[in-house]
Amino acid sequence: MERLRRHPELQAWLILAIPVIFLLIFFMAPLLIVFVYSFLERGKYGGVEWVFTLDNIRRVFDPLYFKTFLRSFYIAIVTTLITLGLGYPLAYFIAKSPPSRRNALVFALMIPFWTNFLIRTYAWVMLLRTHTGLINVTLMNWGLIDKPLPLYGNDFAIILGLVYGWLPVMVLPIYAALERLDESLLEAARDLYASSSKAFWRVTWPLSIPGVVAGSMLVFIPSLGAFVTPAILGGGKSIMIGNIISNQFLGAHDWPFGSALSMVMMIAMLIATLIYFRWTKKSELVT
Amino acid sequence: MSVKTEQLQSDHDTWERVKSKFGGWSLSAYGILAFAFLYLPIVILVIFSFNDSRSVSKWAGFTTEWYGKMLQDGQILLSIWNSLFLAIVSTIIATILGTLVALGLERYRFRGKTAVDSMFYLPVIIPDIAMAIMLLLFFNMSGIGFTPWKVNFFGARLAVPYSVIIGHVAFNTSFVAIVVRARLAQMDRTLEEAAQDLYANAWQTFRRVTLPMLMPGIVGGALLAFTLSLDDFVITFFTSGAGFNTLPVRVFGMIKKGVTPKINAVSTLMLAVSLSLVVISILLSRRSGDGDSVQMGF
Repeated sequence: MERLRRHPELQAWLILAIPVIFLLIFFMAPLLIVFVYSFLERGKYGGVEWVFTLDNIRRVFDPLYFKTFLRSFYIAIVTTLITLGLGYPLAYFIAKSPPSRRNALVFALMIPFWTNFLIRTYAWVMLLRTHTGLINVTLMNWGLIDKPLPLYGNDFAIILGLVYGWLPVMVLPIYAALERLDESLLEAARDLYASSSKAFWRVTWPLSIPGVVAGSMLVFIPSLGAFVTPAILGGGKSIMIGNIISNQFLGAHDWPFGSALSMVMMIAMLIATLIYFRWTKKSELVT
Repeated sequence: MSVKTEQLQSDHDTWERVKSKFGGWSLSAYGILAFAFLYLPIVILVIFSFNDSRSVSKWAGFTTEWYGKMLQDGQILLSIWNSLFLAIVSTIIATILGTLVALGLERYRFRGKTAVDSMFYLPVIIPDIAMAIMLLLFFNMSGIGFTPWKVNFFGARLAVPYSVIIGHVAFNTSFVAIVVRARLAQMDRTLEEAAQDLYANAWQTFRRVTLPMLMPGIVGGALLAFTLSLDDFVITFFTSGAGFNTLPVRVFGMIKKGVTPKINAVSTLMLAVSLSLVVISILLSRRSGDGDSVQMGF
């Protein structure tokens, strides 16, 4: 006991031992397995043969699959941009509301987010489906359109579902940044005859960039790795990389290729994140 | 300042005021529209769970028939018990582990701390599909497989694979750690120092001072873990092997087959549960006097 008190480092490791061992076994080891499997040959009935190969990695860049990779990137980027465009003014609206109302608005924002993602996606199936979706049925009943609009089973539906699902996650960090913003800086800008738009672009926007960066990452990463949204709203016609990965395990029984796909996906995310951070840091210095 | 520039300045001020007033209106209008966008699909979903027709696009009168159908569906009931059991067990384990992580990382300095710190962030950042297949491969390879824990849970005979429980603990531990750590970081340490000045030993100080003060954070973390576990679909789906359904897995299967008001009824039930969890965490955070622990919980 006495020795323990004199060695805080030992104390720390005693406290952390169980969770660290747990995570090493049930998270880091699985991560390592995916990495190793990426370089093995597939077994006949699922599983792997312990023979080294680069074929899986090469196949990821085969146009057949790489096209889906690029499409997923495109969908994730468009989703992030739309979410930012919709989320920033919403965060601004909450930050500009009277302080007594702000907390209530933040909770109002969080309630949809605490609701099951699957259910929120299903709600859009109900609305968007081509012949029986609420939107098309209603518009046709009102005689506004003759034939159903293509709302379902395409990239539009997937992007809409992702934007809807991740909007609150974009708004929260931006709101946190805006709420911390020192009002006196804006007053100073106004005293120096800055127009309100100039004050916004020179004061508010640069100071909110950390929130924008955090929000964008929180939306971009799960959008790129989306599985549920394209599986449900893509209607089997429009798929993303997450669906190809899952197919390797559920249908095709090609575990090494599935591993290679998710390895490349994770590395792509890491690179995108690093580029984004570097880029925003630079633009922060400029403004 | 000459009269003319003053005049100019006041014109400019009026113009700015008009602009900012207009800006304020359009901002409020936008805010209302944005919240309508967030809530309308959910509201419509709930409304059609009471629709007296198989259709979910035309209103045909009020009924609670679909709720009755839901309660008669043995598979749905079983999946509800599975979800609850899984959420309770994984929340208890993850809350203990996560609290340990928070204490170890927030209160100590040691070699390798940065590495441990970033390791615990990984499960939060990594896309769930990647984590799901990682765990799937691991359980397949390790021989743990998808062995179920057979248990009698309030009369329901459940067989919950250990792999799913472990999977849920693996992602929840990190979330609990983040919430508890936030509370720990903003905690006033003078009380602990006072206890030590009064000759309380390390354990007594922890048990009598630190732990009670940390409790709102721990409860907040546990509530978040419980919600995430109840809501999880992807990791459960891939780590369960065949034949094990939680409610979200069941709902996914139903959605794949088509749209029926029964799904709306199940969804409404899940919504009600999430909503009550949010309300509970708001009330708890009010009582402990800080709104942060809930806001952390996104």
